[in-house]
Amino acid sequence: MQLTLGPVFYHWAPERWRDFHYRIADEAPVDTVVVGEVVCSKRAPFKQDHVAGVVERLEGAGKRVLHASLILVSLPRERRQTRELMQLGEDEGEPAIEINDLTCLASLDRKPFAVGPFVNVYNEAAAGFLASRGARRICLPPELPLTAVAGIAAALPDVAIEVFAFGRIPLAISARCYHARAHKLTKDNCRFVCEQDPDGMPVKTLDEAGFLSVNGVQTLSQNCTSLLRDIPVLRRSGVASLRLSPQDCDMVEVARLYRDVADGRLDGAEAESRLAELYPEVPLANGFLHAVPGHLRVGAGA
Amino acid sequence: MELICPAGTPASLEAAVEAGADAIYCGFRDETNARNFPGLNFSRDEMRRGIALAHRHGVKVLVAINTFARAGNLALWQAAIDDAVASGADALILADLATLDYAARRHPAQRLHVSVQAGAANPDAIRFYAEAFGAQRVVLPRVLNVMEIASIVRESACETEVFIFGGLCVMEEGRCSLSSYATGQSPNMHGVCSPASHVAYGERDGRIVSTLGGFTINSFGKDEPAGYPTLCKGRFSTPKGAGYTFEEPLSLDAAVMLPALRKAGVTALKIEGRQRGRAYIAQVVRSYRQILAALDDGRETAPAGLAAMAEGQASTVGAYRKGWR
Repeated sequence: MQLTLGPVFYHWAPERWRDFHYRIADEAPVDTVVVGEVVCSKRAPFKQDHVAGVVERLEGAGKRVLHASLILVSLPRERRQTRELMQLGEDEGEPAIEINDLTCLASLDRKPFAVGPFVNVYNEAAAGFLASRGARRICLPPELPLTAVAGIAAALPDVAIEVFAFGRIPLAISARCYHARAHKLTKDNCRFVCEQDPDGMPVKTLDEAGFLSVNGVQTLSQNCTSLLRDIPVLRRSGVASLRLSPQDCDMVEVARLYRDVADGRLDGAEAESRLAELYPEVPLANGFLHAVPGHLRVGAGA
Repeated sequence: MELICPAGTPASLEAAVEAGADAIYCGFRDETNARNFPGLNFSRDEMRRGIALAHRHGVKVLVAINTFARAGNLALWQAAIDDAVASGADALILADLATLDYAARRHPAQRLHVSVQAGAANPDAIRFYAEAFGAQRVVLPRVLNVMEIASIVRESACETEVFIFGGLCVMEEGRCSLSSYATGQSPNMHGVCSPASHVAYGERDGRIVSTLGGFTINSFGKDEPAGYPTLCKGRFSTPKGAGYTFEEPLSLDAAVMLPALRKAGVTALKIEGRQRGRAYIAQVVRSYRQILAALDDGRETAPAGLAAMAEGQASTVGAYRKGWR
């Protein structure tokens, strides 16, 4: 079982973003790291200067690097950036790009590519269509139940199927910036207030129950995915890789827990209790995989 | 500009035909369409008869098969496509790569429209759908302003269709799992959003509280109407205060934008609301028919008593105006 570190969804300070990836390169037992700004094109220039250094450090440490595209592409600037990204080409027959929108297919020229969790792949025929165009790896949408994951993996033995295994669940993307709205600003004049919330802005119900989390134009769950206890069934279902989505916690330790469980050195339930200490006060959930509401935690303590 | 009207039942289809729709969109009574509500939609037989009736009046019927097919169960979606084609559908409205690919290969002569659920938000994405599947029209997501729509029309060979009235998604359609996070039921997989089966109203401290999947979505004082708890239109609490974090309970009414949308070169205008009754359909369609006629004559396009029809009694032009973001 491989581990992939997904792109940082949040607007971290550029140096922090750089140093986070340096430490991942040096210490985290992950096979692949996805870099790039996927949420908001206004943020991309901030980390631009650090991308080359981060990629060099990661590749120097033997990690495969994928460059991710933007989730929602509507402005001319965003189309240009997306087209330029598609020029990145391939790396000895392996993909260098992870697409998060089908916009990318218009300019990919049949190069091999990876598919991120924001492309709607709900069944084996959609996955097969993308594979026929050059998809080599597909991270499935987080809302897919295990039956769909297993069905897609069985139908496409040559495509590496990945599932969203750790992190707050990305639930929606909008043209409107909810961080700016909360601060009574507009998106065009946002003052980058999202930077104040490196783990997202909590959105609670009126009776103060945890519910959602806002990251600019993106809405995520309050609860954090943990598929640690599901790793055996995922392996039996043909899943090739687990995606760990960066949160404001010790992601090196998170990666070690997943690595240890995947390698059979640690029991899933034990790992999950340690995960709860690593990322405290955030409830864990795996409901989507079990075809129940995504906020629920299924099977714990059973 | 064509006026595209919803029909959740054969009675609504008839009402829309009488009220002056150019085309009607509807779906089968199962999870293949994105308005899979109890008591709604068409049996195979009703679809055949509905299409025949519409055609007798020169009205087109577009069949929406716009959820994402369930893995291991493609046959249900493929049968819907085959049956819609056999019934004489003027176009199929599709969102999933799986259904688009199947329809394009099995029924190459059939006209295909890209559903709003596909989230094709720029000319490159639209070009992909046109080249890969021969799609002839795209229904644009409700995240674009009129200038962006104009530039899409200029650059695309595809026709464009935009929503002008009814429910308003504030998230990009087709990529929203908020409903399934709270209830297990999603637009993409089950064809429902914030389903009534998971809604409850209660009373707390003298206020009416609405919940969805057990999460409080809103709370109303005695003098406030208790609206339906659509998740993204709820009141929530953030460190910056409590309020409508995503959007107020507004619905879309873009009547005042029609001159700009026409100038932008939009082909078709779409009214949301397959879940609405025939009286609603008839009134909205008739009002928009009048507005369009006035527009053709160069007269003012004052919204004609549509306000009262809107959900929550208040409306917005949504993303069409730039400041919305």
